[in-house]
Amino acid sequence: MSEFREFLIFERSREGKVGCPLPACDVPKPELSQSLGAAGARPALDPFPEVSEVEVIRHFTRLSQWNFGVDQGMYPLGSCTMKHNPRINEAMAALPGFCQTHPLAPDEAVQGCLTVLNTLGTYLSEITGLPGCSLQPAAGAHGEFTGILVIKALLQSLGEDRKVVLVPDSAHGTNPATAALCGFQVKEVPSDAHGRVDLEALKSMVDGNTACMMITNPNTLGIFESNIKAIADLLHQHGAMLYMDGANMNALVGKARPGDMGVDVLHLNLHKTFSTPHGGGGPGAGPICVCDALIPFLPQPWVVSNAEGLMLSMDTPQSIGKVHGFYGQFGVLVRALTWILTLGKEGLVRHTEHAVLNNNYLRKKLEPHYHIPYPAATLHETVFNDKRQNAFGVTTMDIAKSLLDYGFHPPTVYFPLVVHGALMIEPTETESRGELDRFAKAMIEIAEMAEKDPERVHAAPHRTQIQRADETTAARFPVLRWSAT
Amino acid sequence: MYPTDYLYTKEHEWLKVTGSEALVGITDHAQDQLGDIVFVELPEVGKTFSAGDEFGTVESVKAVAEVFMPIDAEILETNANLEDEPELVNKDPHNAGWMVKIAISNPDQLKGMMDHAAYAVFVEEESK
Amino acid sequence: MKYLPLSPKDKREMLDFIGVPQLDDLFESIPRDLRFTSSLEIPSARSEMEIHQFFGDLADQNHRYRSRFLGGGAYYHFIPVVVDSLSQRQEFLTSYTPYQPEISQGTLQYLFEFQTMFCSLTGLEVSNASMYDGASATAEAVLMALRLQKNRKRILFSAAIHPFYLEVTKTYCSNLDLTLEVVPAQDNATDMAALEKALGPDVAAVVVGYPNFFGKVEPLADISKLAKQHGSLLVTTTQEALSLALLPSPGSFDVDMAVGEAQSFGVPVQFGGPYLGFFTCRDEHKRQMPGRICGMTKDRNDKRCFVLTLNAREQHIRRAKATSNICSNQGLCALRATIYLSCMGKHGLRELAEQNHAKSEYLKAGLRKIQSLTVDDGPHFNEFVVRFNKPVAPLLADLRQKGILAGLDLSRLVPGRTHEVLLAVTELNSKEQIDQLVQAVERLV
Repeated sequence: MSEFREFLIFERSREGKVGCPLPACDVPKPELSQSLGAAGARPALDPFPEVSEVEVIRHFTRLSQWNFGVDQGMYPLGSCTMKHNPRINEAMAALPGFCQTHPLAPDEAVQGCLTVLNTLGTYLSEITGLPGCSLQPAAGAHGEFTGILVIKALLQSLGEDRKVVLVPDSAHGTNPATAALCGFQVKEVPSDAHGRVDLEALKSMVDGNTACMMITNPNTLGIFESNIKAIADLLHQHGAMLYMDGANMNALVGKARPGDMGVDVLHLNLHKTFSTPHGGGGPGAGPICVCDALIPFLPQPWVVSNAEGLMLSMDTPQSIGKVHGFYGQFGVLVRALTWILTLGKEGLVRHTEHAVLNNNYLRKKLEPHYHIPYPAATLHETVFNDKRQNAFGVTTMDIAKSLLDYGFHPPTVYFPLVVHGALMIEPTETESRGELDRFAKAMIEIAEMAEKDPERVHAAPHRTQIQRADETTAARFPVLRWSAT
Repeated sequence: MYPTDYLYTKEHEWLKVTGSEALVGITDHAQDQLGDIVFVELPEVGKTFSAGDEFGTVESVKAVAEVFMPIDAEILETNANLEDEPELVNKDPHNAGWMVKIAISNPDQLKGMMDHAAYAVFVEEESK
Repeated sequence: MKYLPLSPKDKREMLDFIGVPQLDDLFESIPRDLRFTSSLEIPSARSEMEIHQFFGDLADQNHRYRSRFLGGGAYYHFIPVVVDSLSQRQEFLTSYTPYQPEISQGTLQYLFEFQTMFCSLTGLEVSNASMYDGASATAEAVLMALRLQKNRKRILFSAAIHPFYLEVTKTYCSNLDLTLEVVPAQDNATDMAALEKALGPDVAAVVVGYPNFFGKVEPLADISKLAKQHGSLLVTTTQEALSLALLPSPGSFDVDMAVGEAQSFGVPVQFGGPYLGFFTCRDEHKRQMPGRICGMTKDRNDKRCFVLTLNAREQHIRRAKATSNICSNQGLCALRATIYLSCMGKHGLRELAEQNHAKSEYLKAGLRKIQSLTVDDGPHFNEFVVRFNKPVAPLLADLRQKGILAGLDLSRLVPGRTHEVLLAVTELNSKEQIDQLVQAVERLV
């Protein structure tokens, strides 16, 4: 992290500078008061930057140096799967033949793009064991939204107006938010003592008014829902469906398929399991895979093949309609397909195995120092908490901030909500043993420091570009844009 | 610490009754659980609520809580100071941090509420 | 394996340390009958060279055209080289959502700059840090209008908005308690008489395109007046964000929410995504906004810094009561736009918008000389409809043979309008290309 002050681009701005001069206009310019009608043209944009190219480069390069990326070091954010983002993926997505292809060009002119969609859809279906696939959802939450609408459409086609979606108490916030957005009432299913869905409680909750249950598997504690088949059967007996949040598919690819567990719909986060970059918050992609019965309801359009090749078809009268302006985050889809083809069928399985191996190795190293509230076996991630450190007044937030001084990104904190002071650690398969050892050493030193010098842990981070930010004032008196005064 | 002349609910609201009117706010325990409060959303004057209805929300940086009307009521006034100083709920929850003034529609409903001693016991039980 | 850094020795020692004989033992928690034991029907690993070959071949199967006049919600614009080189920096590319402000100031500061620029463009007070695309931003604006107008349940949605935006909005609204009514279009603009008739005290919001799907600049002053008379909110959606550098801002017409698609700012057309939805609104409505918002604050040493703020609106805190289920933004696309707009600058962007408009007017003038077709009356920004006296599909196919991707056969998106083409003109279309298009059309009709 560099120690320098970087202004806002507006503060660097000076009248008359330009970063990208334009060629002279080669056609006559119209009189705007005539060509634009009564309202005419707008006044100058203000504030708006005026800077040279050199300043643009310095500015954004300096800003970048205040960020921490996977290329710098381990990023053990549980459930976010911050694995390596291969550069070949970027290069393939940037091929001019893809970048310069217009979404409304005729089908015969976009056969390459349609082949990408078709191939990726087929592979994702194979990986999940669910025959239908829509690549349109733009992110995981968008995939949830699409998946729940698809379920709702099927139920409605059967004349059923079910009102309730069941969500475990350990679920991501997007699950209940999605169900609400789709017009459902959300009921929370408790976890049992082992951190799994409480099957007995569930039995008393499922009835003829249940549309579906949204389950994450392995769940947000990293624990496999070993009753999943029984859960699926229970729901199906009552005419309800099982939705699986695929955020944690990194633990399963090639080892177990949701379709074989009785799952009816699943969304995948391509930016997690399939290595596309998180990009500081997006774009991601959240394709959904579905069972046969749900295929007619998938979003439009839909790639089909005929004598002339592939085409985009709107011929699905029961479809829920469109969820994206065009066909989804195409550039992200190219990256995910690159990943799948680079690894191949054997590589996909090896990656899953290494993700689980790395987690269990790290777990074993940290177990003597950090409490594990749900001690069941974990696959790709483990949730610890700050119970032992609490005795010295040190909290999860302090531990997270201390890690910054060691050059690591903190784990996911305070989630899942079923664990007080959760520290959710997912190393992913692309970390070396050396990096895992260094991370474990940092965590252990912090645990020791919490005991000996809790004040120092409270005051962390010490070495970052800024120290703890005043989020309270930010929310009380929001300043959301720059102005000169 | 909880004013002796107030009434309390299990959702951690308090009521200070004066004749047919009352002030409503959240308790010191509730504000402590939420942390630094950044925004308080209050209803329009004149609106009516039934006992148990949500009438507002209290936001901190990382949490949000709904506030429920303990009894049937009509809103007479809201605490305008909270708009610029939501932290009053943290600093002085039982006085300056009041949220709404209500007209009591059904005084019988007051009977079901806890007094300060019962509430203190309730908070202790709940935190176990 | 290319991306797996454990050596066979590491692996053995790690298993020993864990205390299990073999790797498969770590999967014991998955019941046997649920394990997948066969082999995936996916090809075996490919080398980087083979990957290049595979995708190179696919990319080549897409046709390239030397001259392109196709828009309809995705526009060909020039992208300065620095947009690619800076946005590919690993610190931007491989970082997560900036939940830890101490090591995310880079992302947070550009988001703050992005928000400021979009406030300048739309003339509104608050911008979020981006949405999936223009279509979903439009749908989210409708949902926000309903939150703001709790007792009003009707939405008037102009038929002159991009049909795909309508489709997506319909999907978003399909299960909620509201009526989405489409106000018909007349001469490629919102039918004002129909709008006036449809308005009433139960209308939560009026949604219009600015410019609309047909490239036309709607009379916002009149629409705004009508909407306000009925206490309705006014939402504009813009599919060509560059127009906002030339047209009076939505905010100047008292619009409540201005949303749309900003792919034009440094994001390639790339077969429809990822794109860049933007979303701006009035200050008084900010707590009902969907999506992430970045705010300025100070750290404990009084140093200026940025954080994600107003988090209590969002799904990770409010769960079922969140303003939206959205959990990501289009971070990298927002970065591209911020770099792009910094390069273009205040006057450059205006000049660029003027050139787009000028070239479009030049094409209109050229086509108007041809007898057998009718060019729609403006005002337009850089896109407009031309009506022919016969179906246009064969004409467009002929033009493609000549290397010209000459606009959208409207019937593909608007059923029945088989005789009309939607043409877009940008700075990438030279005078020569425009002249050639006019000549080619003249010969073919």
